Amino acid sequence: MGIVSPGFKGRGGAGREKLPPGQYLVTDFPVLSAGPTPRVDTGSWELRIRTETGEVHSWDWAAFRALPSEEITVDLHCVTKWSKLHTPWRGVSLDTLLAEAETSAEYALARSYGGYTTNLPLQDLLDGQAWVAYEFDGEPLESEHGGPARLLVPHLYLWKSAKWVQGIDLLDNDEPGFWESLGYHNYGDPWREQRYWGD
Amino acid sequence: MNTHLDGNVLAGALGEVFAVDITTAVAQCASCGTSQAMGQALVYTDAPGLVARCRTCGEVVLRVTRSPGRTWLDMRGVRCLELHVPGE
Ligand SMILES: [Zn+2]
Repeated sequence: MGIVSPGFKGRGGAGREKLPPGQYLVTDFPVLSAGPTPRVDTGSWELRIRTETGEVHSWDWAAFRALPSEEITVDLHCVTKWSKLHTPWRGVSLDTLLAEAETSAEYALARSYGGYTTNLPLQDLLDGQAWVAYEFDGEPLESEHGGPARLLVPHLYLWKSAKWVQGIDLLDNDEPGFWESLGYHNYGDPWREQRYWGD
Repeated sequence: MNTHLDGNVLAGALGEVFAVDITTAVAQCASCGTSQAMGQALVYTDAPGLVARCRTCGEVVLRVTRSPGRTWLDMRGVRCLELHVPGE
């Protein structure tokens, strides 16, 4: 095992990059999808955050794009074993999106156009760990990769980074999502290789 | 991108689980009520599992995932499954 983690923004050229256990490196950007790609027009796009008391915060595309955004460079780890390093994104931090939400919820369920869902602890969306991303490598995010906007939670396996995100429900009780309800790990930490139930 | 194959690809994954041929089984979609052979379903395979969708309404009829040594099957999208069994 390596002992040095790649720097957060490092493009550290030579040498071996450390990958989570069982992963291999890719340089392309594989497209995974459990259904047809939703074509969501930004004119009708909306992002809704709903708290456990039913309070709703929503943004249309213009309001969403008016929020402060961040450029981030992160590593992606897919449960199907590929990893892609140093991927550049632009998005709005969940800290920004959740700033006005009055909540004591512990769980979140992301919902996507097309019906996909994924669950995670609310804590994992906070403190600079998650974004709703709308640019990849300086370009508008392509629909195959989740455009116009997708969740980006790079410290968990990529199925948690819901493509075509439409809403996030804040919940008192955990609710397993599309893959979490069918054998895939409820949390999905790639560094602990939490691929399946019981891992 | 996001191509799908026909439902005959389910034969491999489910052949380990069921003694019957799943592809000729006739499933009634829980969403729209259409009956169709599972082999007619649209199956998305570029994913952490196999996701079979109704050819008529596009809803999920069946999902299968695998780990080394385990497999999980979700058939909530099938209201009723008609299987061909050897005659008596
Ligand atoms: Zn149907």
